[in-house]
Amino acid sequence: MTNPTLAAGEVERHLRARRDGGRGLLMPYVTGGIAPGWTDYLSAFADAGADAIEVGLPFSDPTLDGVTIQRASAAALARGASTRRILADLAGLPDLGVPLVASTYYNLVLHDGPEAFCAALRRAGVAGLIVPDLPVHEAGELMDVAAAAGVEPALLASPTTPPTRLAEIAARSRGFVYAVSLMGTTGERDGLAASAAELAGRIRRVSDRPVLLGFGISTPDQARRARRHADGVVVGAAVMRRVLDGAGPDDLRAFIATLRQALDQECDRSG
Amino acid sequence: MRTVSPWWEPAPPDGTMGEPRARGRFGDYGGRYAPESLVEACREVDQAFREAWADPGFRGALARLLAVHAGRPTPLTPAGRLSEALGVRLYLKREDLTHTGSHKINNVLGQALLATRMGRRRLIAETGAGQHGVATATAAALLGLDATVFMGERDIERQALNVFRMRMLGAEVVPVTTGSRTLKDATSEAMRHWVGATGDSHYCIGSVVGPDPYPWMVREFQRVIGDEARAQCAAELRTGVPDHVVACVGGGSNAAGTFAGFADTTARLVGVEAEGGAGASRGRLGVLHGCRSLFLQDDDGQITEAHSIAAGLDYPGVGPEHAHLRDLGRARYVTVSDDEAAAAAVRLARTEGIVPALESAHALAWVIRAAAGGDLPAGSTVLMTLSGRGDKDVSTLKELL
Ligand SMILES: Cc1ncc(COP(=O)(O)O)c(C=O)c1O
Repeated sequence: MTNPTLAAGEVERHLRARRDGGRGLLMPYVTGGIAPGWTDYLSAFADAGADAIEVGLPFSDPTLDGVTIQRASAAALARGASTRRILADLAGLPDLGVPLVASTYYNLVLHDGPEAFCAALRRAGVAGLIVPDLPVHEAGELMDVAAAAGVEPALLASPTTPPTRLAEIAARSRGFVYAVSLMGTTGERDGLAASAAELAGRIRRVSDRPVLLGFGISTPDQARRARRHADGVVVGAAVMRRVLDGAGPDDLRAFIATLRQALDQECDRSG
Repeated sequence: MRTVSPWWEPAPPDGTMGEPRARGRFGDYGGRYAPESLVEACREVDQAFREAWADPGFRGALARLLAVHAGRPTPLTPAGRLSEALGVRLYLKREDLTHTGSHKINNVLGQALLATRMGRRRLIAETGAGQHGVATATAAALLGLDATVFMGERDIERQALNVFRMRMLGAEVVPVTTGSRTLKDATSEAMRHWVGATGDSHYCIGSVVGPDPYPWMVREFQRVIGDEARAQCAAELRTGVPDHVVACVGGGSNAAGTFAGFADTTARLVGVEAEGGAGASRGRLGVLHGCRSLFLQDDDGQITEAHSIAAGLDYPGVGPEHAHLRDLGRARYVTVSDDEAAAAAVRLARTEGIVPALESAHALAWVIRAAAGGDLPAGSTVLMTLSGRGDKDVSTLKELL
């Protein structure tokens, strides 16, 4: 085997380097096209210490999202957002210093075909991809063309994923492994689910790839707890609730900074 | 001599409408595009269904429920006066005469029995017009299960009577307030709910859609329509097999169940869609609600809303096996307008004394048009599945007529 760090794409190299430097990884999410000047949120996230940024390409039928991201998707679509326009906005941005990861449903990937879709992501400077309704056994069609285009699709693992599947997911995932913290949809929760720690632990036992916990992680305290079991967190609904309530990039910069601080404190404590 | 219309492949390919290929594929369609959190639950349903379907005990128990509770077998009714007027020999497979008034009960009794075998305590369902919801509430009451039915807020307003029926049967009806607030959104919401309830609940999908094994399983539970009709045609018709087999297509479950009985015959299969919900006729390749099939979409790949006078045809896609049958040329898919369907409903009422569901009236509307236009040559025999009765639609019709 070659050194996985060399074989990895840029998302994974970036996340591994930061993790190996002792940092808790933070990937905030924003729904693309949610407001005029929406890309200012991205700069705010980068300023506040994000390690990667997830950009949602809104879909009409977000079957794995709770109400907050459903509302955000509908609002973005009502404003005329589309894959094409969002990627055009991203293509015009200066380098933020952190990788961009698109997330969307498989219908939008199939629309022009996985090959054209991945090429369009790459042209817009997007290096990672999350497709929540594309489980590992259906992913073959995407994985090869994504690799050829230089896009890293991260696969999701869930608390009910049995061991053999989990090993396959960890092996075939690119960039990182997305650990779904609970049996449910995206959306804020009061605490960190007990299933989160167990799943992250199971993934870490079979893979050295960065593991990010997502779904339900909404507060600095939850991020801190999640960090004890995983390499980092994805925070979506907690961001989008604020955006839907009218919070601007500066407000979000402050919120992301509190998450950053919590993760850093946890690293100091455990390191 | 009968003329053969140019749009048919003459010979049915072998093995059509058998078990899907590996990974639930019908040609390129189908599959299990479920979120990872539902993959294990789908695998459990698949395994349980395979075991149950091979178990004579399960088959016997289901056959008995279908007989003593749902009223099967349903008759094959020659539509005498209408046949004479149209110049074809039309036979109706009377799913409208089942308990709860539509073919939906066939599938629901199968899935409810499977759920009890799997140790599940609760059924989750989506519903549009409320027919599948009422059938689910009925089966749950019969077998002592809880039922939670998701229904778009707009459909709740349009179908108040069915909402009351479900509640009276003890089901919880949950209004869906997101998206277009109709069937597509109710289905999304039922799937979201299932993600958090896989341990004790079975998702009872109402048509031949969703992740593998649902399209196949629901077709197998509905094939009782086609199997009965095949035997009845063999007894009734001089030719044994009808020239044409026609059914309406929303997701496509009554059509799939009907076609399954005739896939290996020379009968020509016709699926009739609503003009505003024509997934098979106008859809484009996509993935929604767990399966790869044909869906109505805009230029950006967003799913568009379906619109039909028949709430049960208000779905922007079609089951994957229909997409495959279309590609093979084994079945043809056509569309009918709201007005044609309403006129056909009235015509059946006045010539045969049967008020059909507006969904089923779509199938009849095509028969009427095709008999006049020559697609159905004079003297040909036509089997049409009358998927449901029209009681639920009388207020819609009253406004229209
Ligand atoms: C009477 C009747 N026919 C047809 C349908 C359409 O469903 P499918 O295409 O699955 O048979 C419905 C759905 O609600 C229905 O109630």
